[in-house]
Amino acid sequence: MAGLTGRFSTVVKAKISKLLDRAEDPSETLEYSYQKQMELLQNVKKGLADVVTAKKRLQLQSQKLEQQVVKLDTQARQALAGGNEALARTALERKSTIQAELQGLDGQIAELEAQQQSMTENQAKLQAKIEAFRSKKEVIKAQYSAAEAQVRISEAATGVGEEMADVGLAMQRALDKTENMRARAQAVDELERAGAFEDLTQLGTGEDDIDRQLKELSGGTQVDSELEQMKAELAAGGKSAGELGSGEQGGQSA
Amino acid sequence: MIVRIATEGQYRLADEAVARVNALDNEAVAAVEAGDEARFTELFGQIVALIRAEGTPLPEDELHGSDVIVPPPDTSFEEARHDFSGDGLIPD
Repeated sequence: MAGLTGRFSTVVKAKISKLLDRAEDPSETLEYSYQKQMELLQNVKKGLADVVTAKKRLQLQSQKLEQQVVKLDTQARQALAGGNEALARTALERKSTIQAELQGLDGQIAELEAQQQSMTENQAKLQAKIEAFRSKKEVIKAQYSAAEAQVRISEAATGVGEEMADVGLAMQRALDKTENMRARAQAVDELERAGAFEDLTQLGTGEDDIDRQLKELSGGTQVDSELEQMKAELAAGGKSAGELGSGEQGGQSA
Repeated sequence: MIVRIATEGQYRLADEAVARVNALDNEAVAAVEAGDEARFTELFGQIVALIRAEGTPLPEDELHGSDVIVPPPDTSFEEARHDFSGDGLIPD
């Protein structure tokens, strides 16, 4: 079969025969490949741990960002109540950036969840194949002549070898994706570290920095309407908002 | 014939279905060569769907090498390009 499929088959098979060197005595090949299987299984377990760690980190970030959203919202209200509309706007803009980032995080967490699931299944499948290989090995040794056993063991070893190569490939792809997310998680960490309202007073340049790193939601209109809504709420006598003296923020202008 | 969808698993597939996979595969190659990403994505999706629908999954205690190995279902157009022209999807 030509095409992508044929080409892909050829590449994988070359890898498998490298994995199982046929020049060896079959029983040695068996022992060797069994050892390889165990190594791979260990690697899959490690890879799985990496994925879980990455997922937990993203979940933690997501929680922190959600807290930031609440905080910024409250602070925007306080700023507005204190008569500092510019500061309120800055807080809302920041909130909208964080909300956009939160959405991205949720998608990534779901993707990692799916990867964790499929790696767990891969691991179980490989383990089942290894068990089958183990018991077949004994049966073949007991039932067949040396020459026949060699042929049958080769076939079984190829089957396991292919499974190993495939699980290795699946793991590699999962880890590559996890790696990509790590870079993004770092950017989110920086956003989170930049803090909410307290830091706004010194954010003159910091905000630009974050804007460059994170895709900014074009939240202009959303911010405007939120500001209007807050103003209306305040005008309606919602005196629940805090009492930030506008004088405290006098030096701030966004 | 035994067909593996890489990262997914092995299926036993009738010759008639294999012939259809082969035809789609050739079209997919043409799409890659033409730089037609949408067409490639559609054809490759059809290949994977066909194998899943018509094939019988191989039991876990059966150990066979595959006759044909199809690239992973999440293969991107870029990877397919690379796979077709160079070293393939599997790093050394």
